Amino acid sequence: MTRTVLFAIAILAGLAILALAPAFLGEYGLGFMVSLMSYVTLATAWAMFSGPTRYISLATVAFFGIGAYTVAVFNETLPYPFVLIVAISIGALLATFVGFATLRLAGVYFVIFSFGLAELVRQLITWFEVNITGTLGRYIFLPFETRHIYWQLLALAAVTIGIGFWIRQTRLGLALKVIGDDELVAAHSGIALARTKVLLFVLSASLMTLAGAIQSPRWVYIEPAIVFNPTISFLTVIMALLGGATRLWGPALGVIPLMILFEWLSASFPDHFSIFLGAMFILIVFLLPKGVLSAVETRLARLKREANA
Amino acid sequence: MMLDIRNLSIRYGAHLALDNATLNTRKGETLAILGANGAGKSSLLKAIAGIVPAAPGSSVKLDGEELLGLQPHEIVERGVIAVPEGRGVFGAMSVEENLLLGANPKRARQGELTRKSEVYDLFPRLAERRAQLVQTMSGGEQQMVAMGRALMSRPDLLLLDEPSLGLAPIVIGQMFKTLKRIKDAGLSILMVEQNVSASLKLADRGYLVEAGRIVGTGTASELKSNDAVQRAFLGGPAAPALS
Repeated sequence: MTRTVLFAIAILAGLAILALAPAFLGEYGLGFMVSLMSYVTLATAWAMFSGPTRYISLATVAFFGIGAYTVAVFNETLPYPFVLIVAISIGALLATFVGFATLRLAGVYFVIFSFGLAELVRQLITWFEVNITGTLGRYIFLPFETRHIYWQLLALAAVTIGIGFWIRQTRLGLALKVIGDDELVAAHSGIALARTKVLLFVLSASLMTLAGAIQSPRWVYIEPAIVFNPTISFLTVIMALLGGATRLWGPALGVIPLMILFEWLSASFPDHFSIFLGAMFILIVFLLPKGVLSAVETRLARLKREANA
Repeated sequence: MMLDIRNLSIRYGAHLALDNATLNTRKGETLAILGANGAGKSSLLKAIAGIVPAAPGSSVKLDGEELLGLQPHEIVERGVIAVPEGRGVFGAMSVEENLLLGANPKRARQGELTRKSEVYDLFPRLAERRAQLVQTMSGGEQQMVAMGRALMSRPDLLLLDEPSLGLAPIVIGQMFKTLKRIKDAGLSILMVEQNVSASLKLADRGYLVEAGRIVGTGTASELKSNDAVQRAFLGGPAAPALS
């Protein structure tokens, strides 16, 4: 019990410090923190579904982009909270539809489909804007400073990790884990496979959509190529895998070192960024297939055994 | 009558695994399905559980309601649960978590805690090892977990596929004693089992399956004295050799 209380106090203290960040960070530092919180949300939300079920989704940016683009379309006609609600609704609706249509697909087919989905959404919006509305590219004028966006994303990241924690405590979390372990036994046990997977997919996608929506005012000018950039999907996957997609804190821990590394890389070698990204991807999958946390635990356990022997 | 199976056929591509099987179980009854490897016994159980689709024209009715076409979890909600061959446990989870998952169906939520203590009462070994990871347990213990998990779903009918497979004789003996207690508690059991003498001792009736067809049925004692059963399974007098 006391441990739980201490843990809760530590979390609250951490949140308080993070909430005060705008007071002692400059504009550049705060911009970095915005990206950091955005990726913590994306990677944690990604792992919420893909970690236990082992369905590798490259559709992150489809939902992120929908969130951002919805804000771009409605920011002048609707009050901000409504814009967020519209964004989540569209993201959740698409996720429900896609979920029921595709989650019966196994492994690699799902990966390909999810990658195609992001491209499809981008192309559809581009086509619609060029041919129907005639306005490719939109402006977002919302009275938000960087710190406002940062606080919103910090709250979203905290909520996302909170939801991840809560799922782990419920039977739903267990059910998800066994779907990944052995779908057949899960079916035998009376777990509603399709419904459980779709539920989580929708939840995860809604959080991603919200992340895109909240972050969008940072760009001011938005066009599909910016907010549906597939690099966002790849970064999310690689961050979650680095930390460990099956751990609650894994994705968040994977985000921090990679954000710092990519920030430096994109500033120092802007033309070769993709090469480094690809190399990192391969290295992480080969060296740390279960993530850093798991590797550290295995190492510690071995040291302990050797010390006892 | 509880489970009424009529003209059940199962195809895997061109291969006919089960051909027009018709059988039924009554409430509280234990049925043994006997037959050689590949005779179609497991396919029968899988079709009832909704894991493999049945051919058109088949019918599996539970208390008058058709089960074919339902999703596996919907069939579990109707009170039919299967313990698949090779245990069907979640190895990376503890005993307690396996039981918790077994109680995942809606019908199982009521009286979950009482049922869990009944399961632990039925398998004291599991009670001692609640927190142990199932993959680190012996075959017999894993079979207990699989059965416990199935019982947690509050079933009316238990489908068992080769429960004694790969277990030591002494463990098999204990397992059949436990099955007797489950049966006495009022559950119906439909089991596919290679250990014919033990399963006929437990069963009320049985069916004999050969090459996808039901070739005989009778009460357990009738089957025990049946020539074909004697020859094939019970080490009775061999068929006269052709000279």
